[in-house]
Amino acid sequence: MTTSDATPRARSRRRRGLGLLTLVCLLVLAVLLSLAVGANPLPPGLVVDTLSGGGTDEARYVLNDLRIPRTIAGVVAGVALGVAGALIQAFTRNPLADPGILGVNAGAAFAVAIGVAVLGLRDVSSFVWLAFLGALVVTVGVYVIGSAGRGVADPIRLTLAGVAVGAVLSGVTTGMTLSNPDAFDAMRSWNAGSLLGRGIDVLLPVLPFVAIGLLVAALVAPGLNAVALGEDVARAQGANIAAIRVGVIVAVTLLAGSATAVAGPISFVGLMVPHVVRWVFGVDQRVILATSVVVAPVIILLSDVLGRVVIAPAEVPVGIVTAVIGAPVLIVLARRRNARGLR
Amino acid sequence: MTSTRAGSRSLVPVGYGRYTVSIGDGSWFVRRRSVHVAIAALGAILVLGVLSLGLGTYALTPAEVLRVLAGGGEGIDRTVVLEWRLPRTVAAIVLGGFLAVAGALFQTVTRNPLASPDVIGLSNGAFTGMLVTVVFVSGSWPALTLGAVLGGLAAAAAIWLLASRDGVQGFRLIVVGIGVSALLASVNTWLLLQVELETAMFASAWGAGTLNGLTATPVLAAILTGLPLLAVLIVLAARLRILDLGDDAATAVGVNAGRVRTWALLIGVLLVSISTAVIGPVAFIALAAPQIARRAARSPSLSVTLSALFGGGLLLASDLVAQHALPVSLPTGVVTVSVGGLYLVTVIVLEIRRRA
Repeated sequence: MTTSDATPRARSRRRRGLGLLTLVCLLVLAVLLSLAVGANPLPPGLVVDTLSGGGTDEARYVLNDLRIPRTIAGVVAGVALGVAGALIQAFTRNPLADPGILGVNAGAAFAVAIGVAVLGLRDVSSFVWLAFLGALVVTVGVYVIGSAGRGVADPIRLTLAGVAVGAVLSGVTTGMTLSNPDAFDAMRSWNAGSLLGRGIDVLLPVLPFVAIGLLVAALVAPGLNAVALGEDVARAQGANIAAIRVGVIVAVTLLAGSATAVAGPISFVGLMVPHVVRWVFGVDQRVILATSVVVAPVIILLSDVLGRVVIAPAEVPVGIVTAVIGAPVLIVLARRRNARGLR
Repeated sequence: MTSTRAGSRSLVPVGYGRYTVSIGDGSWFVRRRSVHVAIAALGAILVLGVLSLGLGTYALTPAEVLRVLAGGGEGIDRTVVLEWRLPRTVAAIVLGGFLAVAGALFQTVTRNPLASPDVIGLSNGAFTGMLVTVVFVSGSWPALTLGAVLGGLAAAAAIWLLASRDGVQGFRLIVVGIGVSALLASVNTWLLLQVELETAMFASAWGAGTLNGLTATPVLAAILTGLPLLAVLIVLAARLRILDLGDDAATAVGVNAGRVRTWALLIGVLLVSISTAVIGPVAFIALAAPQIARRAARSPSLSVTLSALFGGGLLLASDLVAQHALPVSLPTGVVTVSVGGLYLVTVIVLEIRRRA
């Protein structure tokens, strides 16, 4: 131990390093669990064998056709939701903000409801595009409303616009599905948020969007630290607020839209992950974003695994498990410290 | 507002756009615009009320409706208006008022325009209670109502306990409320997956909030339970206004801020539970009505009275739309959500236009 290790900066760097290492280990563990656990359990040894080309026919079928796609779907949805949540919380400086608040989930659900009720679609892979499109249109719409006439949107107005538009759409969605039993039936399972049967056909279309979303998120991350101090301070520091704003909206739409398209409306991960990360890793937005990329998939995968075992052989959809786990975490955080703002 | 003493009552214009109201020995200022807005809202409620009593498959003209209300009219007209439609109309006005008052209380105490009983999970709690009753107990109305009220109260108690730590702070209350609300919403989704399609659809219609099939008994019961709570509010309202000056100022003039907040929230929770028990968790009235009233009156703070009037008017109007304006008859709650949301969007756009 040198003396420099004793400085606060070095200590916090070491803490971050350890934390990140722990998280990566957790992610690997979560992936393994997600591959091994289920109605047809596979021992971890067999999973590793099968992945490296050996294993049994049955194990190959279970892994390649069922669990690998499902695990990838979980990771993709997790990464997208975690980063979208972190972005929107940092940008609106509102610790309660969540992709769902921007109306993304409601938009996706509305589009899916139209597909189900009007076009008669019944298969998830056929409504992926609709979910994505709905999320996209609504988020852009919310942004336009939130910035009407000035070309800029302030966070509070944006949040209000999101809540309002989301409410209208979920109202109309409820109305549509209630007058159509078939549509209602198809929607009630999608509404729970699930990774079941989300194959490569569902994933491939959204991967490029997730990649672009992550790239944009990485570009705006440094500026978010300035925004956290308030827009005037940010301007004084030379941050380009307008560019950051557009970047955040684009990234959140792409990421949350993709996640919703893949797994249905899972509205708790984006809310919870940034809180957990801030609590462990401090307030540097770059660190929060980077860490959310790892934390969110861990939470989604573990929730999905839990949902497979709780009432086996039946399954609890992952969206329900994340809420059951996430709510207590959020409540504990709210009690632990004065969770005001993003301090 | 009535006084037990038969004192003088007057409304005297004074400067700064206000009136002085004197009832008995007490007198206070009201803003002139608030009075005008209140009168307009009352007028709107009366017009909409007469409409809602007349509209339907057996249609009556407003004149016929008024004749019945005045004690005349044909036998069949009397039955239709007084027995079939009056409970529903009264329920919309009164329970809409209850919801809006609850919303005003929550928003005043938390100082957050987004803090409303529906946002922080009471409605979801009521829906959970109702679903649990359907799945595990029975589907009869009394059981459902009891389940809903217990669910709402349990959710409120849980939020309260979880949020209190050296007293309940507005912000923490909302965070905890959102957590509990999300948890309950997913539990509800899960429960809906467990029941027959028909049951799930019936439950969802109720879960959106509906005034279908109301009879006089539950409506009367709700009014009788709610009125004493409103009476307590008359005492509380002045103290709530003092809280706007901050806790230190309140303490300085001898108001116990913590206790006032607790009472206000308790009354809010009870009003929401009463309303939910009768018409299900109708969304957005509690959230939007107080804010709409405040904007209409151009007032800096929320008014309980105006909120009540606007809430009653909003729910009545939404119910009219849900029953008569659409090709399919929808649960009233679906309309309140849409109307409230559209209103918010309009306000946001207009405000920005004005500032731009």
